[in-house]
Amino acid sequence: MKASLTSFVSGIVFALGLGISGMTRPIKVIGFLDFFGAWDASLAFVMLGAIAVYAMAYRWCRTMPSPLLAPDFALPKRSDLDAKLILGSMLFGAGWGLGGFCPGPALTSVAAGALPVIIFVAAMCAGMYLHSWVSSSGATTSDWVVVAPQGTQDA
Amino acid sequence: MHNFTPFSALFGGLLIGLSASAMLLLDGKIAGISGILAGVLKPVKGDTLWRICFLAGLLAGGLLLRIVLPGAFAFGIIRPFPILIGAGLLVGFGTRLGSGCTSGHGVCGVSRLSPRSLVATGTFITTGAIVVYLVNHLMGNAL
Repeated sequence: MKASLTSFVSGIVFALGLGISGMTRPIKVIGFLDFFGAWDASLAFVMLGAIAVYAMAYRWCRTMPSPLLAPDFALPKRSDLDAKLILGSMLFGAGWGLGGFCPGPALTSVAAGALPVIIFVAAMCAGMYLHSWVSSSGATTSDWVVVAPQGTQDA
Repeated sequence: MHNFTPFSALFGGLLIGLSASAMLLLDGKIAGISGILAGVLKPVKGDTLWRICFLAGLLAGGLLLRIVLPGAFAFGIIRPFPILIGAGLLVGFGTRLGSGCTSGHGVCGVSRLSPRSLVATGTFITTGAIVVYLVNHLMGNAL
């Protein structure tokens, strides 16, 4: 249950980070992607800040036998590049550039109660269902491998 | 360059990194939003509650932002509904096919120097830039 509380609080902090950084505003996102126009480099600083902190956390986690509140780390361990990765990222990038929302900011912005965001999120969920429908492999979790599989996930 | 806001961007980024770090060090989970959402849409027994809690936290954070920083939802650009529906479908389908989005690949994966995430992040930023170029410059921002 502690892990559930961590997830909830982390979600709150994540949303605050998205809101403060400008990620919840399509005008900032589209401005960042507009390299050939009036480029707004702000969002590069979002990645810089997030990566600076997370890279340290990752180095630290490599020295830990297990997470503090869960039996094991669930980290992706694939390193091969395949067509799905590239094509999927292309489609995602196209949608990101078109609408100016990626999944985290879109979900956070649902709290604003604006109909366009709710429609975007509904379409995003439909896109995820569409993917699991067309792919026989049920790819929602197939790429995420539980390292050190002893014990059960907290849930 | 107008509307350049490096300090709030950096501070927000630090909070995102802090949140993702807590998920890693405390729960052992990757804070990839598209993956977390997908796991709720197609639940796997025993691996769903933490996802719901995280998404509930996002919404709670959003509600908090409405009070303390309403400008966070000054969207600035809102595309017409048909475009938003197409964009949403692309984002939903694409993040599943490509196993991640800006958070899972762009923050967590790039920090781990994962080759897949580095390639994915380069790809979605490039494609996003191409689409914005087409819309803003070739179509004269006609959307």
